Amino acid sequence: MWKWLHPYAKTERAYVLCNTLLPWFVVTAVLSLSIGTLWGLVFAPADYQQGDSFRIIYIHVPSALLSMSTYVAMAVAAAVGMIWQWRTAYMAMIAIAPVGAVMTFIALVTGAAWGKPMWGTWWVWDARLTSELILLFLYLGVMALYSAFDDKRQGGKAAGVMAIVGVVNIPIIHYSVEWWNTLHQGATITKFDKPSIAPEMLWPLLINLLGFAAFVGAVSLVRMRNEIIRREIHRPWVVLIAKQASK
Amino acid sequence: MNPRRQQRLAVVVGILALVGAAIGLMLYALNENIDLFYTPSEIIEGKDGQIPTVGQRLRIGGMVVPGTVKRDPESLAVSFDLVDVGEVVTVSYSGILPDLFREGQGIVATGVLTESRKIEAHEVLAKHDEEYMPPELAEKLKGIKHVKPSEAGY
Repeated sequence: MWKWLHPYAKTERAYVLCNTLLPWFVVTAVLSLSIGTLWGLVFAPADYQQGDSFRIIYIHVPSALLSMSTYVAMAVAAAVGMIWQWRTAYMAMIAIAPVGAVMTFIALVTGAAWGKPMWGTWWVWDARLTSELILLFLYLGVMALYSAFDDKRQGGKAAGVMAIVGVVNIPIIHYSVEWWNTLHQGATITKFDKPSIAPEMLWPLLINLLGFAAFVGAVSLVRMRNEIIRREIHRPWVVLIAKQASK
Repeated sequence: MNPRRQQRLAVVVGILALVGAAIGLMLYALNENIDLFYTPSEIIEGKDGQIPTVGQRLRIGGMVVPGTVKRDPESLAVSFDLVDVGEVVTVSYSGILPDLFREGQGIVATGVLTESRKIEAHEVLAKHDEEYMPPELAEKLKGIKHVKPSEAGY
């Protein structure tokens, strides 16, 4: 059933796949990010309590959500690399890691910038904020561990174990606001109930969510392509591509 | 899947289950320390059988009881009552309140328990709920009028 996937373990096929997918991701990202951001920041109504400050939700929530789903994607890549011993899976893992780290960083910074006027503090050591900070450290740890090895195969394996183990943190982040009492509010859209946000405010948020996801995908694909070229620089097919490009 | 892959899959799943169980037990053991604050009824009735003692430094989180916010006209001193489901605890504070501080709003205060129902706070943070709506809808739905912080009057 999964046999059709196996050819993509070869770097050349993976490279071609990246090239085919990339334009779709770029177009989706540019379209949804421009529509969603403009709609959210200019046309959506202000909140009844927070006024215009609530608009940071259009950056904060997508980046926070993506920081978690990107981590899961990275861990899945690491697990595939570990079980099927695909080199391309480890390349995907390390291509994804910095993108997720940036998403986590954006979520933390926008959250702090919103927390100062609304809560009255930049930072508080509650369960949600602390576990999100740990997520940033996990990303940085995976990247650091990978680059600490000269042998990239060894590095991929070591960083892969760390990425897989760190997945435990994802449900902790998501449920932290339910399991413990925190300063951070509960979930607005990622719950089984009806979202507790007015529809005219929700739509731009969902569009931006799609935009962020496509953006993460696009940047990861570009990084994946680079990683393949860098690692396979001496292969004939890479030499051929380089020659064609320089013509 | 060939047997070697199956074996590796089992190892990965095993590691994940073990680490998950270890972290789960740790969080369970640390449960009450991870909570950011006590609720007013936890201060009076205790949490897990432990009642906070007078003089203890703690955080309290609850709703500001409408009509209890008292401001000193001469200084920044302010006092208000907090409630969750039954018990009421009075918080006194001297300083600037956050934008979202309003009667009926959830807040978190850090301070020292000076009497069994009194807290001397040195920091007051507003806790926002997860509901977002435009002012007109809030007025229709909840009867809440959006008041700009500068016009709130306390």
